[in-house]
Amino acid sequence: MKILVTVKRVSDPEAKLKIKPDGSWIQTEGVKFVVNPFDEIAVEEALRIKEKQTGEVVVVSIGDKVVTEQIRAALAMGGDRGIFVNYTGAYDSYDIANILQKIVEQEKPDVIVLGKQAVDDDMGAAGFMLAELLGYPQAAFASKVEITDDKKKARVTREIDGGLEVKEVELPCIITADLRLNTPRYASLPNIMKAKQKPIKEVTVDALGVAVKPRVTVKKLTEPPKRKGGVKVESVQDLVTKLKNEAKVI
Amino acid sequence: MSNVVILCELKNGELVKQSLSAVKAGIDAAKATSGKSFLLVIGSGIDKAKEAAARFGADGVIAVDDASLAGYTAEAYASAAFEAIKTQSAGLVLATTSAFSKDLLPRLAVKLKAGMVSDILSIRTDGGKVSGFTRAMWAGSMIADVEASSEVVVATVRGTAFAHAEPVAAASPVTPVSVKIDQSTLRAKSLEIIEHKSSRPQLADASVVVSGGRGLKGPEGFKTIEQLADLFGAAIGASRAAVDAGWVPNDLQVGQTGKIVAPNLYIAVGISGAIQHLAGMKDSKTIVAINKDPDAPIFQIADYGLVADFAKAVPELVDEIKKVK
Repeated sequence: MKILVTVKRVSDPEAKLKIKPDGSWIQTEGVKFVVNPFDEIAVEEALRIKEKQTGEVVVVSIGDKVVTEQIRAALAMGGDRGIFVNYTGAYDSYDIANILQKIVEQEKPDVIVLGKQAVDDDMGAAGFMLAELLGYPQAAFASKVEITDDKKKARVTREIDGGLEVKEVELPCIITADLRLNTPRYASLPNIMKAKQKPIKEVTVDALGVAVKPRVTVKKLTEPPKRKGGVKVESVQDLVTKLKNEAKVI
Repeated sequence: MSNVVILCELKNGELVKQSLSAVKAGIDAAKATSGKSFLLVIGSGIDKAKEAAARFGADGVIAVDDASLAGYTAEAYASAAFEAIKTQSAGLVLATTSAFSKDLLPRLAVKLKAGMVSDILSIRTDGGKVSGFTRAMWAGSMIADVEASSEVVVATVRGTAFAHAEPVAAASPVTPVSVKIDQSTLRAKSLEIIEHKSSRPQLADASVVVSGGRGLKGPEGFKTIEQLADLFGAAIGASRAAVDAGWVPNDLQVGQTGKIVAPNLYIAVGISGAIQHLAGMKDSKTIVAINKDPDAPIFQIADYGLVADFAKAVPELVDEIKKVK
């Protein structure tokens, strides 16, 4: 079974971010970059499927040369090989889906696993756009994935409003990983060393035949208004008095 | 000039209240651009939802009511929504952000060859056209001005950023669109829905939310804060740590990757206040934080912070509120 998994390079979720003086984007100097946490969960799930079914895990990332760091991180977890799509311009979710569609058509994986959203743009659209472009079924926000014994379907428990849904999708399919799907493994030192030897194929969007034309673009970033908090109360009585007389919520 | 279609979410054949945020956003955007607004309802046996959708002053309701749409799948509903939207010259398609719309709208966007914008906070119109949106990025630490160049734009709408549409006297005309989904072509099937039963209001609907975090030390801690929630008829929320530990169901998670709420009163108990949690509640009107760590980041945004052990403070708070309520 071949499993394709995507990793996005994102700023560390704990990083304090600043906006560039021209407001066009965040300042990236001195900011640590990591694998999108949801994509780490996706990689772990891809590895677990492979470990049960045997097969291959292919890791894809798109961006500047530096994203190969994130591909290597996924290879150190146990991925078999990488595909690095070298593209440095602007893109939106649709473009990502277009690029991934070409990769999928070449690689023909049985299962494609993505994180449910990237924690930088919080868009959460590319995976399902990819599913539609390919005409594949999708299982969004997965918290449990089982491949059926005949290896033709995935039975996925997914997080929905007010509970859970069990959805069955035929392979090939798209699965997006939610928080509770698994706990990603740490890469061991020997595996980090081994990952350095694993192949990463570089491709360009031109070679894939994709014309990147973002339909959606960020024009400007601003910081949201700061909330004025920080007032401490002395006691429970004090709190109740303030909630009643000041905030008037009791 | 183009039209706006608002896809409504239905549960058991009835309109879900949170949909009314997108309805309001959509009707307003249509008015500002001299376009027409249409509410779209999809399902099987949905007469109640059709009637309800007709009450908000939209120019029309489009109803796709077919037995083949009895159970929701993104695959089937994206096809049905596409067939219905084709009947209008829609420039903007909206739905309130939820597990339903996040699953469905990206597929629909591709069918419409539309740009997709998630969880918008506002719609900007200029010279009779929709010219842009704002949305949060990086867990709400940045607000982005976003433009879309495609002829059709699909967007999910943050429920807390728009008021609910109000009912009006005149009913909108309901137009049926006939769509039959051949289930055998979908390759996807919903096997089971496991509902987390609760007598409390949904997080998105509640005017008071009482949330617990790691500091509650276990499911018993949630029993303690439930007494506080009972006083207000409040919804219970949780930080990621409490959900990950399995103390409460996953759909109670408040934050960047869970639910975004903005109630009148938010009481955070034993929550340290990671940025991912703050992203889900910092627009609440009044925030109370109870935490025994005086340096917890939650205190920086709380209107009233109480440094105390919850096990002692919460029962005391319950007693004191009973005295004055």
